[in-house]
Amino acid sequence: MAILNTRGDHADALTTVTGVPDHAYRGPRGQRDRDGRRKGGRRIGSHVFLIILAIYFIVPIWWLFVAATKDTAGLFSSPAFWFDDTFALFSNIGELFTHQGGIYWRWLGNSFLYAFAGGIGATILAILAGYGFAKYRFRGRNGVFGVILGSVMVPLTALVIPTFMLLSQYGIINTPWAVILPSLLSPFGVYLMRIYTQDAVPDEMLEAARIDGAGEIRTFFQVALPLLKPAIVTVLLLSVVGTWNNFFLPLAVLTDPQLLPVTVGLNRWTALSNAGAGGEQVWNLITSGSFISVIPLVLSFLFLQRYWQGGLAIGSIK
Amino acid sequence: MTTQTTAGPEPVATRRRTSAPRPRGSRLEQRRQRWGWLFVSPFLAVFALFLVFPLFYAFGMSLFTSTLATGTKFTGLGNYAKAFTDPLFMEGLLRVAAFAIVMIPAQLIVALLAALVLDSLTSWLSKLSRLLIFVPYAIPVVIGALMWSFLYSPKFGPSATLFTAVGLPTPDFLASGTIFGSLVNIVTWQWSGYYMVVIYAALRSIDPSIYEAARIDGANGLQTALRIKLPMISSSMVMVITFALIGTLQFFTEPVVLRNIAQGAIDAAYTPNMYAYSLAFSYSQFNYASAIAFSLGALVFAGSYLFLFLTRKQSGLK
Repeated sequence: MAILNTRGDHADALTTVTGVPDHAYRGPRGQRDRDGRRKGGRRIGSHVFLIILAIYFIVPIWWLFVAATKDTAGLFSSPAFWFDDTFALFSNIGELFTHQGGIYWRWLGNSFLYAFAGGIGATILAILAGYGFAKYRFRGRNGVFGVILGSVMVPLTALVIPTFMLLSQYGIINTPWAVILPSLLSPFGVYLMRIYTQDAVPDEMLEAARIDGAGEIRTFFQVALPLLKPAIVTVLLLSVVGTWNNFFLPLAVLTDPQLLPVTVGLNRWTALSNAGAGGEQVWNLITSGSFISVIPLVLSFLFLQRYWQGGLAIGSIK
Repeated sequence: MTTQTTAGPEPVATRRRTSAPRPRGSRLEQRRQRWGWLFVSPFLAVFALFLVFPLFYAFGMSLFTSTLATGTKFTGLGNYAKAFTDPLFMEGLLRVAAFAIVMIPAQLIVALLAALVLDSLTSWLSKLSRLLIFVPYAIPVVIGALMWSFLYSPKFGPSATLFTAVGLPTPDFLASGTIFGSLVNIVTWQWSGYYMVVIYAALRSIDPSIYEAARIDGANGLQTALRIKLPMISSSMVMVITFALIGTLQFFTEPVVLRNIAQGAIDAAYTPNMYAYSLAFSYSQFNYASAIAFSLGALVFAGSYLFLFLTRKQSGLK
């Protein structure tokens, strides 16, 4: 019974969450405060539990920040969780500009290029397909959509080696396209856009636009698209992060060091440093380079909180 | 999965069809429904090129065997017979199965406890903890694994200092006996926050008047959590587990990064994905690598489908 009830409510509530992400968090506040105050003792216990958890999750990041400010000697000799006497963050950054001709910044630029080209492209395709599935009842719609949904369970890494072989046949291996084109594939994005469009764009509104003489394309751009803004931001954020984080695909399809994204590049430096190759021991660059590379994503998550919280929530009803 | 979603949106579609009757047979209407295909086709092109085609291509490749001596010849399911009797592949499969059994509950327990505690608190401290617990998700997996490999390292890691401070012998986190736990820790650290946000959002969408009713009936906090909150978010839990399952069986990035410093404990065939990668890129055995990748893909698909089927009551897949 309860389950039957939640199914319906659930879907509605969560789609609302995307639209107005804050809304869902506002509701039960008053009642919870009363509840909490009644059991003052438990709140202390809960807070202690949370603080321990928060320390576990944040300490490695604190370590990375501290390590980024040390030179190689300091990394080995000073306390791991506190600063060394010499503050070497800026000299490390300077060295990043000169080591191997400043290739680190090239890697960072590549990561931005792949993540945005792949992410924006995937989002555009998902918006169009989601709208098509939600608002037109063409023949074969349910069958095709069923196949797309099933494909969410196909592990994308299983596709890496076949994709590599296909791309190498067409000669686009070891080019930026080899990373960007496969990143356009986001079946989950299509699914999210479809369920969102179904609720957010009323058929009556499209009908009215058509009666006023607007064509299908104009109806889509001027009536539907503005209503989809929250879901667009969500899908964009999720797919940009997905491409930025991807490791297996660029590792397989790129060999030119100039084309690597920052994740693969830093892993390469680590492998070389661990191998003990004399001139390649660049521990200070690995830590400061890692630290700089996590800043953009962490900042965008902090500033776009409203969006990702809602976005992850619609993810959960998949 | 397929049945589940058609079950979801369908009532809406039926309702709409009756509320806004259209001349369904009219030629104008039929021509308009064709626009659906136009909206959907860009995505379908990418879907065909980078998902359907690679899968068929990989399957085709896997049916052949090529050696220097004999050239390429058709061997049917020979590669599959070889794969499922190949101790390296079978060990890898068993290993990711063991990871799934340990790692998924570990992530889930941390995420669920954190979400339940956060749901019962509204202080600034709980809001801050929510953010801090989530931050690792914003760190690329490669960087997360790199950070932990530094922290585990006996050379410059803090573990020696920490353990000698409390008078215990320093464990070697990178030995073959301990690497399993070390990897579980990295994955738990990286993903629990993401799952926590999903579960938290589901908890927040529960109507608070239900808690009121439970309190009047004399339920305490624990009973409310176990008997009300948990059943009501079961569909979100099923989805979180499915995601974790798909992710774990494809385990690749973390062991590859840790292999830099723990060659002895992690071999090139540690997980099936790593095995396929090294077959393809170190030994150029593309046909056999295709068979491994295709088998893994099929097993992950079957595994997640089976899981969704077994939990069909919770997931809504009927």
